[in-house]
Amino acid sequence: MLFQLAWRNLWRNPKRTLILLTAVVIGVWAMIVIGALMRGISSQMLRHGIATLTGHVQIHAPGYRADPVVENSIPAAAPVTARLAALLPAGTRWAPRIRVAAIAGNARHSAGVTLVGIDPAAEKGVSFIGAAVTEGAYLPSEGEGGLLIGRALADRFGTGLGKKLVLMSQDSERGIASRAFRITGLFRAELEATEKEFVFVTLPEAAAMLKLGAGISEISLLLPSDGLASEAADRLRQSLAGEALEISTWQELLPMIRGVLELYDGVIFVWFLVIFIAMGFGIVNTFLMAVLERLREFGLLKALGMRPSGIVGQVLAESLLLLLTGQALGSAFGFLSYRGLARNGIDLSAVAEGLEYVGMTRIIFPVLLPRDVATANLVVFLLGLLVSLYPAVKAGRVTPVQALSSV
Amino acid sequence: MAMVECRRLRKIYRQGKLEVVALDGIDLAIGKGEFAALAGPSGSGKTTLLNLIGGLDRPDAGEIRLQNQLLNDLDQSQLAELRLRQIGFVFQSFNLIPVLTALENVEFILLLQGVAAGERRERARTILDDVGLQGLHGRRPAELSGGQQQRVAVARAIASDPAIVLADEPTANLDSKTGQGLLELMKEMNEKKQVTFIFSTHDRMVMDYARRLILLHDGRIAEDRAKAGK
Repeated sequence: MLFQLAWRNLWRNPKRTLILLTAVVIGVWAMIVIGALMRGISSQMLRHGIATLTGHVQIHAPGYRADPVVENSIPAAAPVTARLAALLPAGTRWAPRIRVAAIAGNARHSAGVTLVGIDPAAEKGVSFIGAAVTEGAYLPSEGEGGLLIGRALADRFGTGLGKKLVLMSQDSERGIASRAFRITGLFRAELEATEKEFVFVTLPEAAAMLKLGAGISEISLLLPSDGLASEAADRLRQSLAGEALEISTWQELLPMIRGVLELYDGVIFVWFLVIFIAMGFGIVNTFLMAVLERLREFGLLKALGMRPSGIVGQVLAESLLLLLTGQALGSAFGFLSYRGLARNGIDLSAVAEGLEYVGMTRIIFPVLLPRDVATANLVVFLLGLLVSLYPAVKAGRVTPVQALSSV
Repeated sequence: MAMVECRRLRKIYRQGKLEVVALDGIDLAIGKGEFAALAGPSGSGKTTLLNLIGGLDRPDAGEIRLQNQLLNDLDQSQLAELRLRQIGFVFQSFNLIPVLTALENVEFILLLQGVAAGERRERARTILDDVGLQGLHGRRPAELSGGQQQRVAVARAIASDPAIVLADEPTANLDSKTGQGLLELMKEMNEKKQVTFIFSTHDRMVMDYARRLILLHDGRIAEDRAKAGK
């Protein structure tokens, strides 16, 4: 009956209640939708960072990360990769690579690039390149391979499929290694910078050019989920302790993205608070007005024997019902908006160049985390009740004699 | 044993530096089953005395006892409990909770007393029928006439089986015919259920119905006499 009374009291002034309810609904909706977009941005930055040749965990020779030259190579991939299956969770994929700085040039242009020698079959399940070739063909697993370059680099060099490009780097004997490759495929990437930075050849051809023999620069691992990286890296560190290898997680390899992810956690919470503060003023103001209008009624309730705590509870019950209704509607609208946006994403191509600087992709797909929905609702619920305490306590302090003689 | 006992009761209202003596040494005892009226001109202290007896306000001096319990010693929470269990109120106006129906208004007091849902509904229905509101249980106060609203207030006041019902000018906003009907009802409740009624009033008709008339003047009892009620 107390909640029935509270519910009816709420609708004594339908216009006012509707306005306040709308504010709560919009507030919760904005928390959920904007929160999901922020999560989408950070999640795609992470996805993109991991797909762009980082993976979840990388294995290098000691010193490679500080100085990525051919001398700092792992002598042979096979002895390490042979042990990985037993050490890593099911579903983990890995790919050995040679990765060195190189200069790409043709008759008219030259540019600094990163030459990546890949095992085409293994690489397909690990990094973006397996699905990124839009013109020509992906590198063959067997036989003589070609060269994959990004669409942006091809445009810059005025070159294309079937044409030659010379790659020049330092080999393992510290001599100049130079070789002409025929472009067999063009790839597209989320970021133009990626298209300009990487050129791909097969692992044997890179090894031959750099006189590396069986040597490789790194092994990149893709785990079934992001959260397993630290655990997997620890296990590898323990098991491969005698191998003179350096194991790094994506958090260590992509410190900026890790920082952004941590920052976003804080930003989302601050965003929730900012929205709530705006909403909170409305709640206090409206409930205060509602309480002041009903002082005589609270006086009557007290005269009848209701304790002050009962009156406080009565006002809080009204606030509770309003908040819960607003939260339910706001969460429902938020979820529907998320579903709508998740279908095609938000296309930010118009400002793509600016976004590249911060590593953001062109289309943002929102990511709705149950944790964020719960936090948004908890913030509104707890702080909503907290700010309602002021008008509630004010109502509880009414004395029957004053209230009943006030008209 | 007196139902209500006041000894040298004094109440002063302060407005800035001005002191207004509302009650000035009231000695009064009201027994069980009385049907008494506190009468007197405006400012004579009727409502103040009623508020003190009802535990809505505290005296500045003197003692007040209800069923031999000294009210001076009780804190706000204990006074609330006392009002809930032992006192029924009927005010001049704004007696009912506007968003509740007549039945729910009566039930509400039983809810506060912790009476179970089924029993309180049954009791509220019976009492509303007793006060002549058959068929109006589901109406909200705004859908009832002034007289009907006061009947609901009387029903609520007696629903909790109080020791005493305090009625502050209950007929003030009613026409004489409706007022008379309400007084008949309260008299009937007084006689049938032996509920003690104390009214504050300046309505001649209420004084006529009372079996004891206590006249107040400037915060003192000017006259206190038993009489034949109507």
